[in-house]
Amino acid sequence: MNHLITIMRKEVFHIWRDPRTLALILLLPAMLLILLGYGISGERNKIPLVIADLSKTDASRAYTQKFLVSDDFAWAYSALSEQELLDLLDRNEAEAAILIPPDFGESLDAGRTAKVQFYLNGSSDPTDMQTIQLKLNAIHQMAVQDLLTDKLSRSPLASSLSMPIESFSRVLYNPNSDQRWFMIPGLIPIILQVQALLLTALAIVREREQGTMEQLIVTPVKPWELMLGKIIPYLVVGVFNLFVLLILGYFLFGVGVTGSFWMLVALSVVFIIGSLGLGVLISNLAQSQMQAIYLSVFVILIPAIILSGLMFPRDNMPLLTYIYSMLLPVTHYLEIVRGIMVRGIGAESLWWTAIFPLIVISIGYFVASVLAFKKRI
Amino acid sequence: MNDTVDALETEKLSRSFGHFQAVREVSFAVPRGEIFGLLGPNGAGKTTMIRMLSGILLPTGGNAHVLGYDIRREPEEIKKRIGYMSQRFALYNDLTPRENISFYADIYSVPSSERGARVESLLAMAGLAGHRNELTRGLSGGWRQRLALACAIVHRPPMLFLDEPTAGVDPVSRREFWELIYAMAGEGVSVLATTHYMDEAEYCNRIGMMYQGGLIALASPDRLRRDHPGELYLLDCPEPELAESVLRRMPGVIGVSVHGALLHVNARTAADKTLIEAELAKAGVTVRRLEQALPSLEDVFIRLVEREREGQNPAVEN
Repeated sequence: MNHLITIMRKEVFHIWRDPRTLALILLLPAMLLILLGYGISGERNKIPLVIADLSKTDASRAYTQKFLVSDDFAWAYSALSEQELLDLLDRNEAEAAILIPPDFGESLDAGRTAKVQFYLNGSSDPTDMQTIQLKLNAIHQMAVQDLLTDKLSRSPLASSLSMPIESFSRVLYNPNSDQRWFMIPGLIPIILQVQALLLTALAIVREREQGTMEQLIVTPVKPWELMLGKIIPYLVVGVFNLFVLLILGYFLFGVGVTGSFWMLVALSVVFIIGSLGLGVLISNLAQSQMQAIYLSVFVILIPAIILSGLMFPRDNMPLLTYIYSMLLPVTHYLEIVRGIMVRGIGAESLWWTAIFPLIVISIGYFVASVLAFKKRI
Repeated sequence: MNDTVDALETEKLSRSFGHFQAVREVSFAVPRGEIFGLLGPNGAGKTTMIRMLSGILLPTGGNAHVLGYDIRREPEEIKKRIGYMSQRFALYNDLTPRENISFYADIYSVPSSERGARVESLLAMAGLAGHRNELTRGLSGGWRQRLALACAIVHRPPMLFLDEPTAGVDPVSRREFWELIYAMAGEGVSVLATTHYMDEAEYCNRIGMMYQGGLIALASPDRLRRDHPGELYLLDCPEPELAESVLRRMPGVIGVSVHGALLHVNARTAADKTLIEAELAKAGVTVRRLEQALPSLEDVFIRLVEREREGQNPAVEN
C-alpha cells in the first residue's frame, strides 16, 4: 500500500512539473469540444444548384422556383447548355444540377409527360449524395403534386378533392433534431478515449526509454502496485476532463444530462479504467514512444471513431468488424452516454446491451494489463 | 543466510538471443566482501550477465545463485537484497536528488524511523547536500553517478551490481566514486562491477575478462600481469607504422600494439631485445628509446584476445 502511494506521488510530480503537457492535457479536450461543437452540423442545406432552363416558359420557371425557395438548395448558376452545366459540376462550382429540355413547357401544355434531368456528383460522400437525391426527389414530387391538384381542381371532380393519406411524424428525445444533441454526447467518449489511452501508454513507455523502468523492476515492487500507481493519477485526470466536458456541453451548447448524472459519472469511471488498461497493454507491446503512438492510433483510436457508432450505424457491419467494435470499450460507453444524456434512460434498459459488456471488458483489460506486466527485460 | 556461502556463484550460465550467444557457459564465484570486475569490450556480454544475476533476465542455460538465492526461482528475494546501478544512471530528471533517494527508500521499504537520516547521509555522501532541491535534470555526470549509487544503496544491500558505473564521468569523479565503493566493500558489501576501462579494473580484487560472451581469464590484476608471457618493451620511435610492420614479421615477437605515440612490443624472451634493435636499425627506424616495462591490464587483455582470435581452436582456456 505504501509503495502504491509512493508511485502515485511520483507520477503526480511528473504530471505537475511539466506545465506545458499539463496545460495540453487539461485544455485540449475543452478546446476540441468547443471547436467541434460549433463546427459540426450534419444537416446539409443551401446546396449549390445549377439550373439550365432551356424551355424558358412560365411552367419551367415555376418548377425551378420550387427548388430555390426551399432552404435545401441555393441558386449557384444558370447554364445555357448541358455542356456548360457539366463544366460547372466538373469544376465543383455546384453539387447538383437540373436540366430542363426546350420542349418542357410545350409538352405540359399539350398534356404530354414532360421530362427533366437531374445531375448529381457521385464522387462526393455517398450519404451526402443520397441526401441530395432525396431532397431533389421530394421537391420534385411536391411540384408534380401541385401540378396534378391544379389540373384536377379545374376538372369537374374538383368538389370532392382531398388527399387520400396525410402523414405526421413526431421525433422523440431530440425533437428539434438538433445536431448538437447527437454530436456532443458522441465527442465526450472519443476525447476521453484518446486521453486515457495515450497518457498511460506514453507514461510507461517513457520510463522504459529513459531506463528507469529497468531500475524499477530490479526493486521488490510488485507489478500491481506499479501499474495501479501509474494508472490512478490518470484516472483522476480523466474524471476531471469528464466534468469539464459536461459543464461546457451544458453551458455552451445547452446539452445537459437528461438521465441520472451520477450513474453517468460512475460508468465513465469504469470506461476510463478500461481505457487505461488498454493503454498499459499497448505499452507492454511497444518498445518506444513512437510505437506506442502508432499502436494506439491504428489499433484503437481510428477504429474507435469509425466503428463505435459515433459516425456510422453499427447494425449493418460485417460480423468481424462488428465483433471488433464490441471489443472496444468506447462502443459500449458511447451507447451509455447517448442513452443517459439524450434519452434519459436508466440502467434497466441499458444493462444487457451496454453496461454489462462495458464492465466486463474494462475489468478484463485492466486485469490483463497487470498480468501482462512482467518484471523482466 | 549462511556465511560460508559465496555472495555469488554461477554455473555454466548462458544466454542466447535467437542464434546470438550473448553469454556462453560462464562459471565463477565471488566471495563476500570482494570487489569483482567483469572486464571486456562493448558487446562482450557483461550487461547481459549483470541482468541475469539481478533477476530481470532469465538465463537460457546454466544457473546462478546470488546471496544463496536461485536466480531462476527466487528473483524477488534477490531483488530485495541487491543494489543495482545501470550504465544509464536511471534517475527521474523531474525529481530532485532528495526525492529520487526518498522514492527508492520507500520502494525498498526502508523503515520510516530511519528514512530521514539515511536520505540525509546519502545526500552528504553523494556531495549533493547543497543541491538537494534542484531538479536532477541539471546535475552533471559525476553527481548523477553518485546520486544513482545513493539510490541503489539506500536499503543497505549486501550485494551491489554496477554496470559500467563510470561511463561518461571525469577522472576525479571516477576516483571519488571508487573510494566510496572501497569503503562499502570494507564494510562487507560484495560488489560486481563491469567496465571496459582497463585502468579502472585495477580497483578490483579480482577480474574476469570477457570476450564474445565467454570468460577468457579470471584472476587478480597482479596475477594476470605476472602470467603475461614473455617480456614487454616500450618502443619510442618517429616511424611507428614502419616499426610495427617490421616487428610483426619477426619470429621472436609475439605481439605489437600501439599505445598513443608508443609501441608495446611483446617479445618471447629478454634475449630478443638485441635482435629487435638490429632489425629496426636495418629497416632504418630511429630508436629513441627501447626499455622493458611491466605489462598493463590492457596488454594482458589484448594478448588474450589475440590468442583467442588466432586459436579459434578447441585448445582455448580451461
